[in-house]
Amino acid sequence: MSDVLARVTKMVVEHLDVEEDKVTGNAHFIDDLGADSLDNVELVMAFEEEFDIEIPDDAAEHIQTVGDAVKFISEKVG
Amino acid sequence: MFNLDGKRALVTGATGGLGGEIAKMLHARGAHVAISGTRAEKLQSLASELGDRVSIVPCNLSDGDAVDALPKAAEAAMGGAVDILVANAGITRDGLLMRMKQDDWDLVQKVNLESYFRLSKACLRPMMKSRWGRIIGITSVVGVTGNPGQTNYAASKAGMIGFSKSLAQEVASRGVTVNCIAPGFIASPMTDALNESQKEAILTKIPAGDLGSGADIANAALYLASNEASYVTGQTLHVNGGMAMI
Repeated sequence: MSDVLARVTKMVVEHLDVEEDKVTGNAHFIDDLGADSLDNVELVMAFEEEFDIEIPDDAAEHIQTVGDAVKFISEKVG
Repeated sequence: MFNLDGKRALVTGATGGLGGEIAKMLHARGAHVAISGTRAEKLQSLASELGDRVSIVPCNLSDGDAVDALPKAAEAAMGGAVDILVANAGITRDGLLMRMKQDDWDLVQKVNLESYFRLSKACLRPMMKSRWGRIIGITSVVGVTGNPGQTNYAASKAGMIGFSKSLAQEVASRGVTVNCIAPGFIASPMTDALNESQKEAILTKIPAGDLGSGADIANAALYLASNEASYVTGQTLHVNGGMAMI
């Protein structure tokens, strides 16, 4: 879990160009981190690549916060 | 102006008159070009003519899986992802609708329109990552004006325009532009075969009084591919000697 969190945090910091301390579990990509819908799609695709998993569209729709992403990815990579 | 040094372009239908001219133009301005088509000898002779900075990536655009794989093949051949996609390949299966076969409809949509969707999708990700990309669809004046005997072709070309406008809005914030070029009557082996009275009938509809050339289309492609056109997106550039003003 912590490894996933660290990697996700790093990717979000890089992709959205935000300060690391803003990237908390509750941080909402769009409302808190300044992402737009295209950023969300790009992040999901980047997660798929980084963790070598597939994130179906209906699951991707529910990944709205950093915590959502970490939870989904942690379950997938087990 | 219009310098493409360091850019990588994929041109489909490069064995045709227009595609060959477009590939030559982008190459002359410094781009590495990946040329695609179905006729291997023609690709080879174009590659020999261009010399360096050219890669051959054959593809049958009626084969969806092959189309999906084309941008990756071009990337591997050029040593980097495609910056400029010119979707130029197209076919016709003309006939009055009353006589048109389902296959004539399906194949034209697949080669002209579906391949544009597949190629754009496959090229988009690296373009978005690098915050720079150019997608250029070669459509046709008949996609806007219509033409009897070409319901299938005109629909596919109008489809390219609508697709481009939508995608342009999706990716404009990422430095990726999506535009179309709509040629009118361009001199080609097909127009060479027309007799004098047929030619005259066509020319009466063209205020410029002459057919266009492949170079006219290649110039338009160069402009849309360039940095200078970075604020132009979702547009259709009509290159037709004034035969239709839209």
